[in-house]
Amino acid sequence: MSIRDLEEQIVGEFMVFDDWMDKYNHIIEMGKDLPKIEDKFKIDNNLIPGCQSRVWLHAGFEEGKVFFYADSDAVITKGIINLLIRVLSGQTPDEILDSKLEFIDRIGLKEHLSPTRSNGLTSMIKQMKLYALVIKTKNGEN
Amino acid sequence: MIFDVQKLRVDFPILNQQVHGKPLVYFDNAATTQKPNDVIGSISDYYNTYNSNIHRGVHFLSQKATNAYESVRDTVRKFINAEHRHEIIFTRGTTESINLIATSFGKKFLKPGDEVLISWMEHHSNIVPWQMACEERGALLKVIPVSDKGDIETDSYLKLLNEKTKIVAITHVSNALGTIVPVKEMIATAHSRNIPVLVDGAQAISHQQVDVRDLDADFYCFSGHKMYAPMGIGILYGKEKWLEEMPPYQGGGEMIQDVSFVRTTYNELPFKFEAGTPNVGDAIGLEKAINYILSIGMKEIAKHEHELLTYATEELKRINGIRIIGNSDNKAAVISFIHETIHPYDIGTILDQLGIAIRTGNHCAQPLMDRYGIQGTMRASFALYNTKTEIDILYNSLLRTIKMFS
Repeated sequence: MSIRDLEEQIVGEFMVFDDWMDKYNHIIEMGKDLPKIEDKFKIDNNLIPGCQSRVWLHAGFEEGKVFFYADSDAVITKGIINLLIRVLSGQTPDEILDSKLEFIDRIGLKEHLSPTRSNGLTSMIKQMKLYALVIKTKNGEN
Repeated sequence: MIFDVQKLRVDFPILNQQVHGKPLVYFDNAATTQKPNDVIGSISDYYNTYNSNIHRGVHFLSQKATNAYESVRDTVRKFINAEHRHEIIFTRGTTESINLIATSFGKKFLKPGDEVLISWMEHHSNIVPWQMACEERGALLKVIPVSDKGDIETDSYLKLLNEKTKIVAITHVSNALGTIVPVKEMIATAHSRNIPVLVDGAQAISHQQVDVRDLDADFYCFSGHKMYAPMGIGILYGKEKWLEEMPPYQGGGEMIQDVSFVRTTYNELPFKFEAGTPNVGDAIGLEKAINYILSIGMKEIAKHEHELLTYATEELKRINGIRIIGNSDNKAAVISFIHETIHPYDIGTILDQLGIAIRTGNHCAQPLMDRYGIQGTMRASFALYNTKTEIDILYNSLLRTIKMFS
């Protein structure tokens, strides 16, 4: 599925919620469901610092596609990470680099991505795109 | 005057609003307090009727603004019981006050191998300026440890003071733990060895009577915005003898006597340390804030806040999984807490949805968080306009929030 289609799917999912409570309960559930990252990737080198919650991010490359693995010490942050991974993991570097990720705004979670929120999410998206760029560049050379 | 919190709340228009559809509960007062009508009105009055550059103008408005500004200096002097009006220096806030001393005192008095002594519970504002000064002068930064309970370890303090110690810089009230530090005793100890002491009073100034002469502080720093005054105005109190000896901090207008390209002579105190056009409007707001506090009575305010602290502490202790960080017997109205499994960011996010403003994070005191082996805390801090009902709302909202995560 394309990034665009996945974004639409998530927006649709969030449409059924009547209030913020339901929405956050869903995000918390997704935070709990985020696939566990291997301990060997949960190292300082993979740490994206935000002064409120920490985010670890690792990326792999298989058959032309980028796969992301991440974790955080805050559940709401993990929930949003889960959404981002659902949208971006398994896509090509170009698709990742071109993605606008407008769904975050559309489902009303924009404030979590404000640069002043310092929860690591803004830097995480930057880092995901950076991984895509590095992988693309490396691959171009081969 | 009878302390009537409901009546006082009317003075703060911002409190009367809904956030995410819930009545606002503002518990982030250690970050900044809200401003009463008197303060807000005085600023627009200044810009509406007598805004003018001060000290040099011969015209009516400039005279009026100058008189108003200089009268604030007198009000502040009286408020903290300083001896002279020229010992009151206007700054942008506590941070600038500390930077000023670290820089100017450092230039004059710090030599390679000298030591500056701070504590483990300092705000970054009372750590980094000293680190910078030490780096510049080749001096060393020494740190007084803090106990598990959240108190300064007095024995260590005594051991750390030595002939190389050139200044002690210590907070009056910890912004992260709420501990009221026994600064008067610590100053007396330092003075017995002829070591001056700077006190970071940012968290103390609006919660207790501060008498700089009784404390015998050499420097006392605070911000207007944590005492119901506007942001961007702060105070540095310094004993005359130190301020006279120290070189200026910044150069520019106001701080000079005579300028030629060969040599500039500096103005006398307090102007020597007040380069550039000052923040007249906010200074006037600060005076209104002081008068507002005095009209209620500092003792009344302290008593009310202490009741809130006691009540909130009891209530939070009733919640399973909540642990209070900072349990000194002597605390200001700041309560820092964590949940054993839920991250502060998660709880803070949900509390925000419920209309409650608390602070989460490391409170600009990373070394202190490391000391307790935690990433950060949630912090509720109270001001004169907070109520027990609001603490009930926090209690119930916390129960609801914790349930969402379990």
